[in-house]
Amino acid sequence: MKKYSHETVVGAFVVIGLVAIAYMTVKLGNVSLLGDDSYSLYAEFSSVSGLRVGNPVEIFGMEVGKVEGFRMDQEKQQVVVDLKIKTGIDIYDDAIASVKTAGLIGDKYVSIDPGGSDELLKPGDFILDTQSPIDLGDLIGKYAFGDIKKDGGETKGEEE
Amino acid sequence: MTRTKTSGEKQLWPFETVGTKVNGWVDDLGAVGIFLLRAFIMVFRAKQLPSIVQQVYYIGARSAPVVMLVGLFTGMVLGLQLYYTLVKFGSTGALGSAIALSLIRELGPVLTAIMITARAGSSMTTEIGIQRISEQIDALYTMRIDSLRYLVSPRIAASIISFPLLTAFFDIIGILGGYLTGVVLLGLDAGSYFYRVETSVEIDDITGGFVKAVVFAIIVSTICCFQGYFTHMRTDAHGAKSVGLSTTSAVVLSCVLILISDYVVTSLLL
Repeated sequence: MKKYSHETVVGAFVVIGLVAIAYMTVKLGNVSLLGDDSYSLYAEFSSVSGLRVGNPVEIFGMEVGKVEGFRMDQEKQQVVVDLKIKTGIDIYDDAIASVKTAGLIGDKYVSIDPGGSDELLKPGDFILDTQSPIDLGDLIGKYAFGDIKKDGGETKGEEE
Repeated sequence: MTRTKTSGEKQLWPFETVGTKVNGWVDDLGAVGIFLLRAFIMVFRAKQLPSIVQQVYYIGARSAPVVMLVGLFTGMVLGLQLYYTLVKFGSTGALGSAIALSLIRELGPVLTAIMITARAGSSMTTEIGIQRISEQIDALYTMRIDSLRYLVSPRIAASIISFPLLTAFFDIIGILGGYLTGVVLLGLDAGSYFYRVETSVEIDDITGGFVKAVVFAIIVSTICCFQGYFTHMRTDAHGAKSVGLSTTSAVVLSCVLILISDYVVTSLLL
């Protein structure tokens, strides 16, 4: 097969191989697309159970950022979550941040209702209104053992 | 490689055989280690590049069609099997993640390594083995050419270059194969397939897969070249037969060690 020398074939092979590796690394490896054009906001939660670094931050269902990190505030007994938001997304100071689950048993994400007041939150500001994740197990336990009042009376729960 | 029995003393049979065998393995391990070290150091000497390129052609470029074919069918069969399993849990949306992760983390590196062993590894052993029994390696020695540097180093370097590249081919074509069965054949949602692939794969999975590919490359090339290089020291056969036996041992040993080291590397990475 003297038409293409061995060197050419090897060259093509290595180039295609490196392109494949690069594609996998960039596209599949979630190399951060946010980078510099984002700003940080903080939110304090009483529980961030299930939330991990890298989970998305969504407004009206659209991904606008990622969870960057966690910090413990031991005086206030809360967890301070560092949220990285894309620049250009306006969030006002009466925003509500809540930790929700995608689907019933899915990954957790932070959903922000941006609010409508006049004051914009600046980079480094705190979102004051927060909602911790709903613990499904707790809820089912409460219902099963009759702690939730329904129509003015108690739920059946276990027979006492 | 068997050893001659020690003479004289009365030794209890289980201990003697077991002891001799284990001693033999430890000796072989040391020999392989020294072999690898010397050959690897020689990679960085001058004038290796043309021979390395030549070996990348034989080991890498010519294995590419086989690897891509196997990758395609592995992806397709994964798509088929996982679909019918996931349908029972109602989570067919997870097909993309399942296929991508199993390929990138495990099946890609391992199956690529096994395919290349079967193709290029056996040919390395046979080539070097025949050169040994036809005394060409001794001829190189008389010409003061280091046979390790001339024969083995390019193959080890070429393997380290080719294995990760071929693993990447396998992974990507495997994911496309899964797309073919899952989306085109079984009617899953194309958008969610690729979305799941992109979100569930992390950089650690990808680097882990490539680290494994490099480890496998070193294991396969060292064992195959070692078996071929020392085929004249086999005590159970000589000449052509020993080359045959060396090739068999090389391929079998490589495949077994690929799977063992797969477990070890996985447990270290996780």
